[in-house]
Formats: sequence, C-alpha cells, structure tokens
Amino acid sequence: MSAPSVPQSSQVIEETPRTYWLDSERFLSIVMLSPAAVYVLLLVGIPFVLAILFAFSDVTVGDPTLDHFTLDTFQRVLTDPNFQRALSNNVVFTLISQAIMVVLANVLAVALTRNFPGKWFVRFLILLPWATPIAIGAIGWLWMFDSVYSPIDWIFRNLGLLKQIGVTGQVGILKNATNMYWLGEPGLAMFSVILVQIWRMLPMSTVIIMAGLTSISPDIRDAVQIDGVGWWREWREVTLPLLRPILLVAMLFGIIFTFTDMTVVYVLTRGGPPPNTTQVLASWAFIKGIQSGNLSEGAATVMFMLPVLLGVALVMLRIARRTEVS
Amino acid sequence: MKSGRIGKATLNYVVITVFVIFTAFPFYWMLIATFKTSNDLYKPANNPFVFNQPPTLENLKLLFNQTNYLDFVINTLVVGIVVVVITVVMAVPAAYSLARLAGRWGERLGIGMFMVYLIPPTLLFIPMSRVVTILGLRDSILSQIVIYPTFTIPFCTWLLMGFMKSIPSDVEEQAMVDGYSRLGAIWRVMFPLALPGILTIIVFAFTLTMHEFIYALAFVTASAHKVISTGVTTELIRGDVFFWQSIMAAGILVAVPVAIVYNLFLDRFIAGFTLGAVKG
Repeated sequence: MSAPSVPQSSQVIEETPRTYWLDSERFLSIVMLSPAAVYVLLLVGIPFVLAILFAFSDVTVGDPTLDHFTLDTFQRVLTDPNFQRALSNNVVFTLISQAIMVVLANVLAVALTRNFPGKWFVRFLILLPWATPIAIGAIGWLWMFDSVYSPIDWIFRNLGLLKQIGVTGQVGILKNATNMYWLGEPGLAMFSVILVQIWRMLPMSTVIIMAGLTSISPDIRDAVQIDGVGWWREWREVTLPLLRPILLVAMLFGIIFTFTDMTVVYVLTRGGPPPNTTQVLASWAFIKGIQSGNLSEGAATVMFMLPVLLGVALVMLRIARRTEVS
Repeated sequence: MKSGRIGKATLNYVVITVFVIFTAFPFYWMLIATFKTSNDLYKPANNPFVFNQPPTLENLKLLFNQTNYLDFVINTLVVGIVVVVITVVMAVPAAYSLARLAGRWGERLGIGMFMVYLIPPTLLFIPMSRVVTILGLRDSILSQIVIYPTFTIPFCTWLLMGFMKSIPSDVEEQAMVDGYSRLGAIWRVMFPLALPGILTIIVFAFTLTMHEFIYALAFVTASAHKVISTGVTTELIRGDVFFWQSIMAAGILVAVPVAIVYNLFLDRFIAGFTLGAVKG
C-alpha cells in the first residue's frame, strides 16, 4: 500500500525540501502519532508505575514520599477480613451476574433480531440503562430499594408476597413484614447489587450479541430451516458456534466492567449493611486510599484486579490476532 | 405450521415486554416521581406508578433554583467539550497514522491503544489523585479535563482507526497522483470521508466523560466544581434528607437525551467494540 506513493513523494522533493519531510511517511506517521502516544504514555504509564510502587511502600497522604519499600502493606491488606470479604464479593458478583447475563442477553438478542413495529423505540428503552451514567442509574435503584417507599415492595404487597400496611392477621408469603428492606441485610443487599450490575450490563451485551447474530449469513439460516431442524438444535449447532467469538467479547467486557466497578456498591450500599459486608475491591480501595488517605494500602488493594485484567487482555489479544489473520 | 409461527411471534413479544419492563422500569418511575408532590410520594399505600394527586413542577423549580444542579450541568458540559476537543485533535491524526502510515508496528500499536482502554480508572485513581495534587489541579474541573483524555484518546483512536481502515487507500493515492501532497490528500479527501467516524468519536468521547464517576469523586470535593454524576449522588443527598423527586428529575434529564444519541450511533460503536470480530 505504501509502495506506489514512495516515488510519488520523491518527485515532490525536488521542488521544496519542506514538502519532502511532510511527505515522508515515516516522519509523518511519527508526527501524527506522537501527541496521542505521549499523552497516554505519560498520564497512564506514570500512574500505573506509581500504583505498583505505592503498593510496595508505606506512603500515605500525610507522608507521600516514596522512601521506604516494604511488603508489610500487602501483609496488612491480605490479613484484613474486610479486604478478604471485598475480594470474595468481587468474584461472587462478577461470576453470578455474568452467568445470568449471558443467558438473558442471548434470549433478548434473539428476540430483537425479528422485525416488528416500534422496534426503534424498544431498542431505545432497552439501551437506557447503558446510556445513563451508572451513578444516576444506581440512584434510581436506590429508591427502588427504599426501606419504606420501595415501588417493588408496593407490588409485592399487592401480590400478597408482603404484608399489607395496617391489615392485621394477614401473612406475607416472602416475608412477614410490610417491606423487604432490600438494602437492609447482607443477603438481599448482595442480591440488589447483582441485580443492578445485570441491569446496567445487559444492554451492551445484548447489542454486541445482536451484531453477531445479524452477521450470520441468512443463507445458512435458510439452509438449516429447509432441513427442518428445531430451534434449539439450530441455536446449539449453528448459531452458537458461529457466535462464539462475539459471545466471548461480550463476556470479557462484562467481566472487566463488573470486576472493576465501584459505583454500584458505593451508591447503593456504601459497602454495608452491616458495615463492609458488600464492599468490593474498588470501593474498599476508595475508602482506604482516598477517604482514609492510606495510599499504599489502597494501591495494594486494587493490585488484586490485575490478574483478572491480564487474563482478559490476553484473550482479547488472541481474538484480535485471529480476526487480523482471517 | 401457521399457528406455530403466530405462537413464536407472541412469545417474542412477551419476552421483549418482560425485558423492557426490567430495563426501563426505573426510568418510568423516575419520570413519574419528577412531577409528584411529596404528599403523594411519601405515602406507602399510594400506587407509585400513577399520579394520586395532580402533578407539580415544584421539584424541577427546586432542582434549578435551590441546588447546584445548574453548576453541575455547566461543569459537565465544559469538561465534556474541552475533553472532546483534546481527544479529536490527538486521536484523528493518531488514528490515520495507525490505519495507513505506520505499517506492521502500527497494527500492534493500535492493539496497544485498545489495551490501554481496558485499564480501568479504579486501578489508577489513587496514584492519579497524587498526580492531580502535584499538578495543583485538586478541586478544579481542570483535573478532569487533563485526566479524562487518558481514556477517551485510546478508545477513540481505536474506534476511528477501524473506521479509516474501511476507507480504501486508493482515494488518497488517486488524490496524490492528481498532484496533492500527502497532507493535502488527507485534508481534502480523507477528512471528509472520515467525518462520520469523527462524529462518532465526538459523541462517545463526550458520553464517556459524562459517565465517569470515580476520578470525579476522588479529585473534586468542592460542591460548585462537581459534575452531574458526582453532584447528583452526593450533593442532593444531605445527611438523611433526600430530595427524591429532584434527584429523579436530575437523572431523567440526563438519561433521555444521552440514550437517544446512543441509539443513533450504536452500530458504529459496536463495530469498534468487537475488535472486528463482527464484520457487518
């Protein structure tokens, strides 16, 4: 691709030397690339290195000089039961929400590939959770889960799942109270966090899978349908194998965004209740590193995201390579 | 056969309805709550999905007159616009360079850019907040203006690179045969063709800055300098006092326009996100 333009540019040099430099592809590519590369390298690279250095030091906001390197920080972080809980919450939240989401996103994507009137509006409604800043979406859910006025509880009361207000002698099926107190006990609070994670990631996974579905050639579908195969076999033996790379991409993004998120927990539960039972790595690091000013412990906490991130990055690289070859 | 087909279509509608209720339900509720009187809202027996009392505009008035919401909106717009300008200035040449000029190592650098986007803010916010302090940008929207391009540039460069690769290189080569220099060809021929891609990165750079939460929370604590995502979640809740209807109004005013824009640009966004694993 570059070959035909080389003699072209060498003809131009004979006129003015300035155009020579601007027509040299190597020079031009460096000039055009370096502002972005330098910006990102400086402002991501330096903090990234700092994060690692912080984790192996004892720096705090009060004493921010990197003068003493130690493994004690890691030891302190690892033996803290709140950290252990945060790490296991992270794994639980990510695994459960991703497992449920892959199923839901597939069902929704298949349903949406059909044409029907008002599809544009339906797509708009389904995109809402993804388009909205998650902090705002989580605030909406905070009210959904309110201990007294929760609209979900109102539905449950009217379905007989909860006790009606002021009615004596009636028993709620789910709970013998007028409210669920969604964010009031650890089990339900964890359920709520998982629900909101699914809610906010579902649109993205669905549209990614939809893109994969529409890229499957209609010829293949027609051929399968002429053979009279049932939908389950069609999905399992034709759609799924063709969809696998795209499904993987959707899952990898889901894993990254869920595993590294702190907004949902921060807004919904603030890590409680009781304190620090629904904490995740990021929110725990925020409390340690920003609110308590213990930079080194905060940095050491988020270091435990790295294995997952590296794993995801490696799989992404393989996908990128494979699509490059084909 | 025919009844089977009708059954399938009905099932389809049922599935879609259930999902729409799940995704849009909180927003429907936010919309209703925006216009509800407190008497109506704070009565657990009232149906929360309809107006039990006539709707009111008081909550919107409170939001704009008695809170810093307008400041949050202005800060969000300023941060968004300046970050978009920085991003476009840096990402457009970088994307062109990676798509056309840099050859084999351009391919690798392109993937490297994408990998940088995968580094989450939650991994970097602690050292970033040190960097912000050292640069003297704490409690100023300048901190966000400087730091946000660290995620918008990689993402937008990657997205635009894919877009530019899909434009055949013949068009610039023809322009150069016609006597344009490489820069002239880029400006006169490539730029107009890449305009839809550039528009896409403008939209997504802007919305990515709107969505950001943890940097904004860590860098800025002064109320007047907050953006929507942090301001609404921290400032409209004072101690135990929640301005619920105004909070919902603040949310819905942001959610709807952004969702409309997303809907318009969705297909290009997906193409970039899927690493070319989908070829439309």
